Amino acid sequence: MTNADRFDCAVIGAGVMGASVALPLARAGMRVALVDRGPICREASGVNAGTLTMQMTRAALIPYALKAWELWMDTPRWLGLSVGAEQRDGLSVAFTEAEVAILEARAAARRAAGAPITLVDGARAREIEPGLSERALRVGHCPVDGFASAYLTGRAFRVALEGAGVALREGVAVTGVERVRGGWQVRVADGEPLMATRVVLAGGVWLEDMAGWFGIRLPIKVLINQLAVTERMPPVMQSVLGIASGLLSLKQYPNGTVLIGGGWQGRGGRHDGRGDAFVPEALIGNIRLAAFVLPALRRARIVRAWLGLEAETADALPVLGPLPGVEDGWIIGSVHSGYTSGPFMGALLADAILGRPLALPLFPIDRLLAQKDAA
Amino acid sequence: MKVDLAVLGAGPAGANAALAAAGHGLSVAVIDENAAAGGQVWRAPAPSVTRDDADARDGAALREKLRISTVEHLDSATAWLIARDDAWRVDVARHGRSETVTADALVIATGAHERVMPFPGWTLPGVIGLAAATILLKANGVLPGQRTVVAGCGPLLSLVAASILKAGGTVAAVVDLASRAEWLGALPALAARPDLLARGALWRARIAAARVPVFHRHTVIRAEGTERLGAVRLGRVDAEGRLVPGAPEVAIAADALAIGHGLVPDTAATRLLRLRHRYDAASGWVAARDGTLAGSVARLWLAGEVGGIGGAAVAALQGRLAGLAAAQALGRSAAAAEAAQLQAGIARAGRAAAAMSWMMRPRPAMAGGITPETIVCRCEDVPRAAIEAAIAAGARDLNQVKQWTRCGMGPCQGRMCGEAAASLLAPHVGGRENVAPWTGRPPLRPVSADDLLGDFDYADIPIPAPAPP
Repeated sequence: MTNADRFDCAVIGAGVMGASVALPLARAGMRVALVDRGPICREASGVNAGTLTMQMTRAALIPYALKAWELWMDTPRWLGLSVGAEQRDGLSVAFTEAEVAILEARAAARRAAGAPITLVDGARAREIEPGLSERALRVGHCPVDGFASAYLTGRAFRVALEGAGVALREGVAVTGVERVRGGWQVRVADGEPLMATRVVLAGGVWLEDMAGWFGIRLPIKVLINQLAVTERMPPVMQSVLGIASGLLSLKQYPNGTVLIGGGWQGRGGRHDGRGDAFVPEALIGNIRLAAFVLPALRRARIVRAWLGLEAETADALPVLGPLPGVEDGWIIGSVHSGYTSGPFMGALLADAILGRPLALPLFPIDRLLAQKDAA
Repeated sequence: MKVDLAVLGAGPAGANAALAAAGHGLSVAVIDENAAAGGQVWRAPAPSVTRDDADARDGAALREKLRISTVEHLDSATAWLIARDDAWRVDVARHGRSETVTADALVIATGAHERVMPFPGWTLPGVIGLAAATILLKANGVLPGQRTVVAGCGPLLSLVAASILKAGGTVAAVVDLASRAEWLGALPALAARPDLLARGALWRARIAAARVPVFHRHTVIRAEGTERLGAVRLGRVDAEGRLVPGAPEVAIAADALAIGHGLVPDTAATRLLRLRHRYDAASGWVAARDGTLAGSVARLWLAGEVGGIGGAAVAALQGRLAGLAAAQALGRSAAAAEAAQLQAGIARAGRAAAAMSWMMRPRPAMAGGITPETIVCRCEDVPRAAIEAAIAAGARDLNQVKQWTRCGMGPCQGRMCGEAAASLLAPHVGGRENVAPWTGRPPLRPVSADDLLGDFDYADIPIPAPAPP
């Protein structure tokens, strides 16, 4: 083993979190390996709804999401390529009195955290979005909203990572991590292990398994989100539409396709792969809701639907910080709507690893640990 | 609807599977997107069209058998999702609403669609698929144009050219990737199918009698024209479909070009179900099945071209065999003698079918004729250069190419561009057999929201509990 074979940091998991940690570390001069069992950004990071909204982000994460929103809008500057990010008005609609109550409470909490959300009536909302249902009672409006094309994420990061000298190892499955003298040995399924001084776990829904390599029990809940997209159609909307309870995310891309999401659940788990456990009633329910909010969608043709995994901790707040009791071990991810906040959170963890001052606090995982086995 | 057996597709394979199973006492639903059974080869003609040929008679006989059977025929139906719990579940959009068919057994008989390898000008009006031309001619009695060039490979070339002539049209040229020697080499395999030999001979005689120039070992380099097709430019190719450098080009005036490069098994359903697939040199990626046509999961059979290109006759026999296997698996009296007879019939017909599917195979170097600016994905306007750029940026599988370029994301769901995109990726990953097909996604065909949703009010939408505050 020569020094040349040794990395300063091995990041395991090449989704938006892992890529966002690896990039600033490499740009700061570290030798970084970014390892994934599949291609870059092809799980949650490549198949999510691309929503860059504040109204569905948890209040505690608003400061992070606001900073990440700026980054997403500006990827040509720091990644070199666009991910199709566009600023749009965000509307969160209430149709019943119960939903108005939810809307008011959520808007107040997010406004307190810095999101510029105001409440408007249906008539005002239809000035912003003429296609909106006549039945809207009250609507949360936030000008800081928009979307990216999630499927472009990997391509944009890949160019930047290669430019920064990150050793990107796609199709390499990590099977475990062991402490060796002065660092970590990262074992892989078919090939020589990697040697690294530091290790970062960024495995999304698979973080539970990865934490287990260190004897840490970190329960991660897996959401199986169903999404659907229409074929190209004439302009039917300009805003990003949701409903107060959060169960809808609706946007039309410049190419004319309308993406219908909102977290309606399919079936399966992190070990089942994705794509084979649709719940047809949930798909129809989701599209009904979309067509209720935006009646023009009844004319749409659905061309594709898919499932994406989303990870969530017990308190639906991130894991973002050191691995407790593990020297030179770090962990990031499992954030509800993590794509939205990902680029900032990755940069934040990179700052922590580099010993730089932090713009916002980390989310250490000690609070989430069910128990810690003797490693 | 609850049945013993659901059959996807009412072509020669699917309809025969349904009939065989129903004949052994199963309750059967056959689901098909067309208004009448018959699939492509045995497609029902429009009411105004009168035909009397073998395919027309076979199709009419099949439709009559279905009509008097106990089979429930869900026509004009879009099967948009298949799932498996304790039983099979097929969600079907039909007549403006979505209904669910549950079944203990499933036969997938979704057939094949056409392969057209792109070339400059292939998106011009006047250019149509070779198989599409057969539908125009036999179902609608419509000629593709005044002067048609018929190009590509396989037995459809002669069929289409002869049908145009018979209908009173003009064939400007027949352009065949295969050499005359390749055709002669295929003849012995047809010995067991004198009917096919006789039809082929008749077609060729008609083409010769009309003095239609036939260009063997040639391909279409370019379709020329501004608003619509005006001429077709041809060039010589080698056995792999590669243009011979320096060979003279030929320009032929035409207002229609019917072109096709064989058939592609429609594996949308088998890919959605994550079945095992395998690569076959003649048919490309096919759903894997055993000698009894069983797929890689229980109580599922694959009949016809979804498991390999074999033609209508083989598909019909396979359909019956799959229907019998389903009946037997669900406890109906075994018909071992009939199954053995069908197996023997499939083996006999299989030799000719293999020879014909080999004549239709994709030639490995054909993608070389796609210029950088040629559109590969017509739905999303993705040119070859964009696909090459994604490959250069690190895409190494078809799903990543799709994500980075939108190739395959449109309403054809990759049926038109998938073969070309895979051929472009192949040299970067060690061959076509290393390019796994796109991951299957629902809906199996685009489905209109109106057909899915029905009438409802806000209170009818089963909105789940809110996400965390």
